[in-house]
Amino acid sequence: MDQTVINILNGLSSGLLLFMLSSGLTLIFSMMGVLNFAHAGFYMLGAYVGYASSRVIGFWPALAVAPVVVGLLGAVFERTCLRRVHRYGHVPELLVTFGLSYLILEVVQVVWGRAPVAFEPPAVLAQPAFTLVQSAASGLSVVLGHADAATCAHAACTTFPATRAFMMLVALLMLLALWLLLRHTRVGLVIQAALTHPEMAEALGHNVPRVFMLVFGAGCALAGLAGVIGGSTFLTEPAMAAAVGPILFVVVVVGGTGSLVGAFVGALLIGLLQTVPLTVDKSLVDAASAVGWHVSSDSVAYPLLKLTLAQVAPILPYLLLVLILIFRPRGLFGTRE
Amino acid sequence: MTDVAERLDLARAAASPPRVALELRDVRKRFGKTEIIRGATLAVNAGERVAIIGPNGAGKSTLFNLVSGRFAPSSGEILLDGQRIDGLPPHRINRQGLARSFQVSNLFTRLSVFENLRCAVLWSLGYRYAFWRFLANLRDANERAEHLLAMLQLERRRDVLAMNLTYAEQRALEIGLTIAGGAQVILLDEPTAGMSKSETRRFVQLIRDVTVGKTLLTVEHDMGVVFGLADRIAVLVYGEVIAFDTPEAVRADPRVQEAYLGSVLAQAQAGEA
Amino acid sequence: MTGARTPDAAPARHEAGRQPPGGAATYHFRPYNVGRWAVWGGYGLLLLLAPLVFSSSLSQTLLSQMGIAIIACLAYNMLLGQGGMLSFGHAVYSGLGAFLAIHALDHVGAGTLHLPVSLLPLAGGAAGLAFAALFGFVTTRKSGTTFAMITLGIGELVYSMSLMLPEFFGGEAGVSSNRVVPPATLGVTFGPQVQVYYLIAAYCFVCTGLMFAFTRTPLGRMLNAVRDNPERVAFIGYDTQRVRWFAFMISGLFMGVAGGLAAINFELATAEMVGAQRSGAYLLFTYLGGSTAFFGPIIGGVLMVLATVVLSELTKAWLLYLGLAFMLMVMYAPAGVAGLVLANLRLAAFGKLRPLLPGYLALLLAGAVAFVGASLMVEMLYHLQLNQALGPMMKYGGVTLDAKGPAAWMVALLLFVAGGLAFERVRRRFVLGWDAAQADIERELRRRDAA
Repeated sequence: MDQTVINILNGLSSGLLLFMLSSGLTLIFSMMGVLNFAHAGFYMLGAYVGYASSRVIGFWPALAVAPVVVGLLGAVFERTCLRRVHRYGHVPELLVTFGLSYLILEVVQVVWGRAPVAFEPPAVLAQPAFTLVQSAASGLSVVLGHADAATCAHAACTTFPATRAFMMLVALLMLLALWLLLRHTRVGLVIQAALTHPEMAEALGHNVPRVFMLVFGAGCALAGLAGVIGGSTFLTEPAMAAAVGPILFVVVVVGGTGSLVGAFVGALLIGLLQTVPLTVDKSLVDAASAVGWHVSSDSVAYPLLKLTLAQVAPILPYLLLVLILIFRPRGLFGTRE
Repeated sequence: MTDVAERLDLARAAASPPRVALELRDVRKRFGKTEIIRGATLAVNAGERVAIIGPNGAGKSTLFNLVSGRFAPSSGEILLDGQRIDGLPPHRINRQGLARSFQVSNLFTRLSVFENLRCAVLWSLGYRYAFWRFLANLRDANERAEHLLAMLQLERRRDVLAMNLTYAEQRALEIGLTIAGGAQVILLDEPTAGMSKSETRRFVQLIRDVTVGKTLLTVEHDMGVVFGLADRIAVLVYGEVIAFDTPEAVRADPRVQEAYLGSVLAQAQAGEA
Repeated sequence: MTGARTPDAAPARHEAGRQPPGGAATYHFRPYNVGRWAVWGGYGLLLLLAPLVFSSSLSQTLLSQMGIAIIACLAYNMLLGQGGMLSFGHAVYSGLGAFLAIHALDHVGAGTLHLPVSLLPLAGGAAGLAFAALFGFVTTRKSGTTFAMITLGIGELVYSMSLMLPEFFGGEAGVSSNRVVPPATLGVTFGPQVQVYYLIAAYCFVCTGLMFAFTRTPLGRMLNAVRDNPERVAFIGYDTQRVRWFAFMISGLFMGVAGGLAAINFELATAEMVGAQRSGAYLLFTYLGGSTAFFGPIIGGVLMVLATVVLSELTKAWLLYLGLAFMLMVMYAPAGVAGLVLANLRLAAFGKLRPLLPGYLALLLAGAVAFVGASLMVEMLYHLQLNQALGPMMKYGGVTLDAKGPAAWMVALLLFVAGGLAFERVRRRFVLGWDAAQADIERELRRRDAA
């Protein structure tokens, strides 16, 4: 039971991290029609910049500084490169961000090397947030921080790291801030207007190109923030962009392009789908034998059927993608192509 | 033919009811909470030329989009030659014999004029998704495209890319793409938009020539064109057809005058004189 | 929307026998259309004679890979340039074709399958076609950026599955085989590389011809129409999705053929062949070569092999250069190398090229200086980061220098700044000359039209 709860919490926290990333991507896509192929690259930049600055000014200031730096870099890119190809259409915009992803990867490798770097979370986060204690005698109980050794000698103790809890907190705060910004501020209104009627918004005196630069920068800043948190929780290495990049697009397609709600639900769904099955070490062959049907190792489909759910977990999001495309092509909450 | 036989023919034609080519029955369309088309009913006879007029925002383009299959109506029926077409995808409606033009020229920008026209005739000549035959060898497709080229008076621009044509030439090609497949019911969405008086006159003649014997439904703002081209006029106001009659009757209809025409009619009368 | 765009692929080609009123045909000799025979004959001759001119074993390896890459890039451009479909996961079809072919090769070697090795690429093609039909049905339901994302997802799906099914995909080491299967027909064993090259060259020629022919068919033309205006396509009776799906399948077929040839060439198929890197390479190089002209991907295929095999040996920073080159191409020359070639041919045809030549030379010189400066700095950076164990001394273009020393950095910076400034000045002058030439050409064309 305690394992299951922790697993679900792990899945939710991964999902919320994915949401931080996919919200930025969706924002940029909704506002500008640009699919930022380099979004995962900005995530990686956030982790590395966070790492570099945390060694000079400490983790907490870095948490604020790194997203700003990454956001600025994004704005500079938008101003110099993206704006130039804007008039050629959406495909060239996508292609230029595709080229950028190569560039970011190379720059990161030349500055920080090809091996992972030791981006440690601060002491307060480097401990468990809470421990679930499952004992035969008193059932399930929650203990803040560590549970002492004596209790754990007689019961099953599973911890939930504070880094993950912090991840969830930041993601939820970010969601709240986004919602407030878009619905209740002037800037948000202008952005919403520029989304559907850019020429009209420009005619009303709003500097639409500047709004685009702001939005792109903001989206990248969100990715950078996710990077600091993700990098300190997991591993900070050059391969981290490629690990999360394709999943991000799955989230956006499954949730429905152009919908923040869709990005939220899609991210949680994919996060759970990636994490929860990892604990299931059973395969279809096991399932078959549970109902008394024995699959021999010579049968053609055996290599496929003997894969456990845990082994198959990495492709489950992609299977979901295919299913969504067949049965609900516009995504769960899709509004725009 | 003898005099008697002729008169018998005419009598027979007068006695049998005209065939309805396109019919709308209480068609409604809602976007979110707003109902744009609020119960449009219309029956267009075969071979008839009908103009749809109405103030801006009345829903004329939406009506066209509903008939041509771009959107599906929220309720109501649309029938083409007696067959239901509401809810069908555009390519199926097109194959059943209905074609439309667009208010903003919708051409194949990087293909030449000739290629544009040839593409438009391929399906109706049965070539489907053939990848085993060369276009150069499809004699009937090439001849038909040449014929269209001549009809549209675009022979001299045969190999020019569509995106490099002048505005009037693009509008002409637009019409060409619409009629190329041999559809019997043609929908033209503001065909003369943005044209000068002389261009409009030439263009209306072109429209008359290429739609001989076909059923024509056109959205127009230019009253001169409307009164000169149309057999009947349908007036669309706030998503409803408030009048559908001959030009003279519509002109005199007080409801129409109240809702829409008034000064515009006076202008047209002055222009016609 | 005038002038700034480079002209469409084939210059106004009239069907044999037609002449535009008043003007002279620009690229053809009548009545036998010698141009067409010259081009294809030249292409065939080039394929035939290349290994005799470049006869070192490295050259033959490169040429073989180029032949494969040409087929793959041409097939990829069927979607990108002709259909306006951006696929991020196309390596799946060439990779799966390679795997099927390598397994077939195993069976041929074991005697359980009686198929000549030279026909094995067709097996690859069959696999490519089948999987393109399967995955394409789902992916072509959407278009534009959504289509791109879906292809990425399916690419990842197949790659992940390839790691999970070592029985078919051979795990980390992949699946290897032997292409020499007795008996030898007419003395051809496919042992020596040059024999494999000629097999590849034959397929390359035939596939190029077939794919070119495709552009002249109803489906090929409707594919172009779908690219230009998918909405209008429905209103002339065609199902847009069907057109895309059929084109996807045909593209998959040729990708599979390329994969099959790769299996024979390398005698190996690995999971990397269905991976995202490979898919990205197809996109990158097809675009670099030029997606708007038919022969662009041929250039792209050649560039792909030169970059991945030769450039990667010369410098560790090759991916950086590639990414930069790609971005610059997208921003400043979206029609790729082929587009640049065609634009200059157009200038030459109107006699406007010669006056621009000095400007080109100046651009090249200034650009080269700036490039040397920039790449010097890049190479030094890379050396300091990745070759730390070797110490700070490194070689650049035959010159040994100290990557940590300020002298080298000063020189590099100087070259870069000086070259950059000169380039910018020359560029401004050049653009004026270019625009003037384009305007002259437009005027001339209008004059010819009116005559």
